[in-house]
Amino acid sequence: MDFNTIIQILDSAVRLSTPLLFACLAGLYSERSGIFDIGLEGKMLAGAFAAGAMSAYAGMPVSEGGLGMTWGMAWMGVAAAIVVSIALALIHGFASITLRGNQLISGVAINFFAAGSTVLIGQYWFRSGGQTPPLSGAQRFGPIKLPFADAVKDVPFLGPVYEGLISGHNILVYIAIATVPLTSWLLFRTRFGLRLRAVGENPGAVDTAGISVGRQRYAAVLIAGVLCGLAGAYLSLGTSAAGFVKDMSAGKGFIALAALIFAKWRPKAALGATLLFGLLEAIGNRYQSIDLGAFVVPVQFMQALPYILTVVILAGFIGKAIPPAAGGEPYVKER
Amino acid sequence: MNKGLPKWADIILIPLLSLMLAFLVSGLVVMFIGKDPIEAVKVMVSGALGKFGIGYTLYYTTNFIFTGLAVAVAFHARMFNIGGEGQAGIGGVGVAVVLLSVDWPHWTIAIVAASVGAMVFGAAWAAIPAYLQAKRGSHIVITTIMFNWIGSALIVYLLVGPMQAPGMVPETMGFSAGSSIPTLNDMFPAFDKHAPANVTLFLALFAAVGVWVLIWKTRLGYEIRAFGHSEKAAVYAGISPLKIIMVAMLVSGALAGMMAVNTVQGEAERLILDTVQGAGFVGIAVALMGRSHPVGVVLAAFLFGILYQGGGELSFEMGIPREMIVVIQALVIMFVGSLENMVRIPVERLFVRFSKGAA
Repeated sequence: MDFNTIIQILDSAVRLSTPLLFACLAGLYSERSGIFDIGLEGKMLAGAFAAGAMSAYAGMPVSEGGLGMTWGMAWMGVAAAIVVSIALALIHGFASITLRGNQLISGVAINFFAAGSTVLIGQYWFRSGGQTPPLSGAQRFGPIKLPFADAVKDVPFLGPVYEGLISGHNILVYIAIATVPLTSWLLFRTRFGLRLRAVGENPGAVDTAGISVGRQRYAAVLIAGVLCGLAGAYLSLGTSAAGFVKDMSAGKGFIALAALIFAKWRPKAALGATLLFGLLEAIGNRYQSIDLGAFVVPVQFMQALPYILTVVILAGFIGKAIPPAAGGEPYVKER
Repeated sequence: MNKGLPKWADIILIPLLSLMLAFLVSGLVVMFIGKDPIEAVKVMVSGALGKFGIGYTLYYTTNFIFTGLAVAVAFHARMFNIGGEGQAGIGGVGVAVVLLSVDWPHWTIAIVAASVGAMVFGAAWAAIPAYLQAKRGSHIVITTIMFNWIGSALIVYLLVGPMQAPGMVPETMGFSAGSSIPTLNDMFPAFDKHAPANVTLFLALFAAVGVWVLIWKTRLGYEIRAFGHSEKAAVYAGISPLKIIMVAMLVSGALAGMMAVNTVQGEAERLILDTVQGAGFVGIAVALMGRSHPVGVVLAAFLFGILYQGGGELSFEMGIPREMIVVIQALVIMFVGSLENMVRIPVERLFVRFSKGAA
C-alpha cells in the first residue's frame, strides 16, 4: 500500500464520516438533554429526500414548472432538508416531551415514516421509483479547492496531505467539522449548554431553579433536527449519488448512534469515532477482504465492526460508556 | 396511571381510537398522492381476504404473531426487544443448519427439529444483549439494534461463504423433500394452491396460548410481570433481575426465531438473503396494538397481515407504491405507541367528568 493509496482511503473516510458526524452530533444534543433519539436515521433520510427534491425543483426550468434558478439551488435543498427534519424532530418532541410518550417507540415510528413516505411522495412527484431527478452543477455541492492547493501539491508528504486530504471537499464537510468545536463550546462554555446538560442529568434540579425543562429539551431536539437535515442534505447533494435514492441512509443513522456511544456523548470524541467508522467503511469499500496471512478478514466483518465495537464499549470492557442519567425518562413535575 | 378509567376503555377503546386516528392520517396521505382512500381500502380488503389473497395474508399473519409475541413477552419484563429482526434472521440460520445436516424422513419430525434450531439460534442471538443488560447495564435497545446489523452481516457472510450452495447465488442448498411442510392448501383445498401459508400458522397460535399460560398462569410469569411493574419491589420480593431479564429475553428471541420455520422451512425451503423483511419491526407495532396480550397480538397480527397483503394489491391495482404499508405501520406505531397520551388524556378527562356527573 503506497502513500497515495493511504491518502485516497483517508480522503474517502472523511467524506464517508461527514453524514455520520452530523447525525452523531444531532444525537449528542438530543441525548445530552435526556431525549433518546433512535430516529436519527429517519430524519436523515427525510432530509436527503427533501434536499434532493427541492434542489431538483429549484433548478428545473420555469417552462417545466420549476423555479428556473441558476445558482444557489443546493442551498435551497439544504433549507428544505432542515425544515423537513425539524418537522419530524417536532413530532418526536411532542411525543416525548409534551405527551411524555415512549421516546424509543417514537424514534422507531419516525424511521418507518421516513422510509415509506419518501418513496411514496418521490414516486408521486417524479415517477422514477422513488428517486429524485439527477442533479448537476449548482444543484449539488462541488469540491472546494483550498488556497495554494495546487501550489503545494509537489511538496513531499505535506503537499499530498493538504491537496488530497484537507482540500477538495465540499462545503458541508467543512461545516460538519466546524460544528464539533462549536458544539463543544456551546455545551461546555455557555449557560445554554450547562442547562441542556443539566436537564439530561437531573431535570428536577433544573426545574427547581425555575428553568423550563420542556423548553430546554425542545431546543435540543430542534438542534438535532437541524443537524440531521444537514446530514441528509449531504447524502443527496454532496455525494456521488447526485440526488435522492430510496433508502439511501442505509443504516447510517444507527452507525451514528453507535458512534455517539463510542464517543461517550462527547463532541470531540464524536469526531474521532465517526472518522474511525468512516475509515472502516472506506477500507471495506476498497478491499473486498483483507488477507492477514494467517487468516482472511471478510468484508462483512469490516461492515459489522462499528456495531461490534459499540457493543464491546457498552459492555464496559474497554472504558465504560455512561449515558446521561435522565435519558429516556419523561419529566414529570412534582406536585 | 388510569385514574377512573374502566378496564375495557384501557384495553379496547383507547387502542381503537388511536388506530382510527392512524388510519385517518393514512387516508390523508393517500389523498395527498392523488388517490382515493375509500377505493384503496376496498382494494386492500378484497385483495387480502379473497380466495387468492387470504393464503398470503395468513402467511404474513404467522410471521407477525411470532414477532409480536416476542416483543410482547419482553415488554412484560419492561424490556424493549427491538432485535426481533436479527433474532428471526439468525433463527433462519438455525433452521437451515438443522435441515441441511440431516436427511429428515418425515415433515413432522423435521418441523420439530427445525423449530428447536430456530428457537435455540434466535434465543442465542438475544442472549448476549440480555446478559449485558442484566450484568453490565448496557441498554438493551441499543445492543439489540447493534445485533440486528451484526446478524445481517453474519448472514451475508454465511451465504456467500461457508453455507453457500455451488454457484454464484447467495443461498444454501435446497432442503431435502422430507422436510417440506404442508401448506394450508395441502390440508384444506379451499385455499389457493400457490399461497405460502402453511402448518406453521398453527404453531404460531399454539405459541400464543403458550405465552398466555407462561405470563398469567405460572410463577415465572408472575415474576416477569412483577419485575416489569417495579424492579425495586420485585428485588425486595426476592426475584432475581438477572434471571427475569435472561428468561424474558431468551423466550422473546426464541419466539422471533420461530418465524423462520414459516419463512425458511415453509416458503423458501432453503436459506436466502433477507428472509425477515421487516417482520421483526412489525412485531413492535403488533405488540403495542395488542397491548402485549396474546389475544390482542393475534388479532393485530391478522390486521397487519391484511395490510401487508392488501398493500401489495395497492401497487398492483392502483399504482400506490408498496411503501404505503410502511407509512401505515409507522403511523400505527406512532399513534398507538408514542402519541398514545394524545388520546388517553382526553378520554380520561371525559370519563372523570362523566363519573362525576353520575355521582
